[in-house]
Amino acid sequence: MGKIDCTCSLSEISDFYGKEMATRDAYGIVLTELGKKNPDIVVLDADLSCSTKTVNFAKKFPDRFFNIGVAEQDMIGVAAGLALTGKIPFASTFAIFATGRAWEQIRQTVCYSNANVKIVATHGGITVGEDGATHQALEDVALMRVIPNMTVIVPADAYETSQVIVSAAEYYGPMYVRLGRSKVPPVMPKDYKFQIGKAYVFRIGKDVNIIANGLMVSEALKASEILNKEGIDTGVANFSSVKPLDEETLLKIAKSSKLIITAEEHSIIGGLGSAVCEFVSENSPVTVKRIGVRDTFGCSGSWRELLKFYGLTAEDIIHTVREFFKK
Amino acid sequence: MVDIEFLKEKARQIRIEIVKMLANAGSGHTGGSLSAADIVTVLYFYKMKHDPKNPNWAERDRFILSKGHAAPVLYAALALSGYFDKSLLNSLRKLGSPLQGHPCCKDLPGVEVSTGSLGQGLSVACGMALGLRLSGINSRVYCLLGDGEIQEGQVWEAAMTASHYKIDNLCAILDHNNLQIDGSCTDVMNIKPIEDKFIAFGWNVFTIDGHNIKEIVEALDTAQKVKGKPTMIVANTIKGKGVSIFEGKVQYHGVAPTKEELEIALKELKDGKN
Repeated sequence: MGKIDCTCSLSEISDFYGKEMATRDAYGIVLTELGKKNPDIVVLDADLSCSTKTVNFAKKFPDRFFNIGVAEQDMIGVAAGLALTGKIPFASTFAIFATGRAWEQIRQTVCYSNANVKIVATHGGITVGEDGATHQALEDVALMRVIPNMTVIVPADAYETSQVIVSAAEYYGPMYVRLGRSKVPPVMPKDYKFQIGKAYVFRIGKDVNIIANGLMVSEALKASEILNKEGIDTGVANFSSVKPLDEETLLKIAKSSKLIITAEEHSIIGGLGSAVCEFVSENSPVTVKRIGVRDTFGCSGSWRELLKFYGLTAEDIIHTVREFFKK
Repeated sequence: MVDIEFLKEKARQIRIEIVKMLANAGSGHTGGSLSAADIVTVLYFYKMKHDPKNPNWAERDRFILSKGHAAPVLYAALALSGYFDKSLLNSLRKLGSPLQGHPCCKDLPGVEVSTGSLGQGLSVACGMALGLRLSGINSRVYCLLGDGEIQEGQVWEAAMTASHYKIDNLCAILDHNNLQIDGSCTDVMNIKPIEDKFIAFGWNVFTIDGHNIKEIVEALDTAQKVKGKPTMIVANTIKGKGVSIFEGKVQYHGVAPTKEELEIALKELKDGKN
């Protein structure tokens, strides 16, 4: 199957530029815009449409919205069936339920059949906040990355998210997009154009390069500003495309680095940090320090408190870099 | 006019291909392939609109083998329908073959979705039926489940979805041979009462003899006329049906016929003793 044409006009996408907003909010708006342009787009949810923001689409296109109830496994199967009759299903729920509860359905029915299902999950990471560990997905990227045929994208801000959702509708094949609950600051420049499998390099540093995605891109940029002032030449890259990984860019970065920092709102096991380590250790070994949740469950708290508590801030990145160069 | 004798003959040929390909492969699921043979025959040679020369025809009826381990019955039906040459059946379960141990839709035209992990097919069937309805395509979706398979919770999630969305272009068939790997369904994890459960979930339910061609034909025809709800046909079957040494024997769930057993099977099937 070729490319499916359902592009949002550029003006609608640029509306998201520079905006501080939750990635899930951008999703809800763009999805509805796409729905106006392409009648094949259908949306499924598992009783969380107000939180995932698919409710916008549901109101506008009730005939093309299927609330499957609290039944994530069935939702993924129904989405696969819709895809196999030529529809473009977007299935949404919280990241932990989408990828955990329905993992085998995603593996067996979606990916093994290469069904054109887009799983756009919200509430990724610990910034879910007060709901606590049961609702904080720290393993979802790992769970999705390991499945053949799956594409895994973790956008950094609303502007990037809007582009990712458009790409998801155009691309043929299974895709997992991880979005967040909380507002995130804008980080991507106006001329940015998202491409599956392409990283965005803000700058390559000669000492350290921070490879981040999701809301950690913003923290990485803050950290690099301070480190550069301290005389540690620090670069930052947004690896929103965890799979496929932009190996060409990563190789360039590895060759220029004395240290690579990976930063993600995810377990240090199996996510972006692991993907970077796997590639770098085989192709251009350099020390990699992983910023992420260190093999533990989340807990309740405000999202800002939790980022601090789990060591996911610019300060944590700076501290890790300083410690490395002290030696 | 339905030609019952023609369908009986097709079912016999399908059973012959099943035992031959399984014996040749040296492994696979004999019992549940044979128990489903009459149902699958009626679907492919009477009920479904499909075009072996154009497997992706948008207006075809869809068949999902949710009990994917019965792959041989699907492969035999596809081969005898003309989707591919019968000689390909010899490659079952061999390295590089499109005839995987459990059906893979990427490898083999005619397979609608990859199955094998139980409990997932009915959800896919719901999605396909909804997709066809949205597109205004007047086609039907058939989904064959095993009886042990309905122990999977997802089946009941899908059962709710089918009735909630009034998916009347969906017809599920339960191959109720009452045996699963570890013993009888009643002993392993009781699934009864089956009919009452599906009725309670909002389905139209028929119970038939799953080896009586005429009853299968009538049930499938009647199901098509039911509006506003999905239909479940509970087909009472015999595991290993058609070969006396396999019939009703749980040990032939996941075992292929030996060379000697194949000879007996072929003799019985060629004598038309079923």
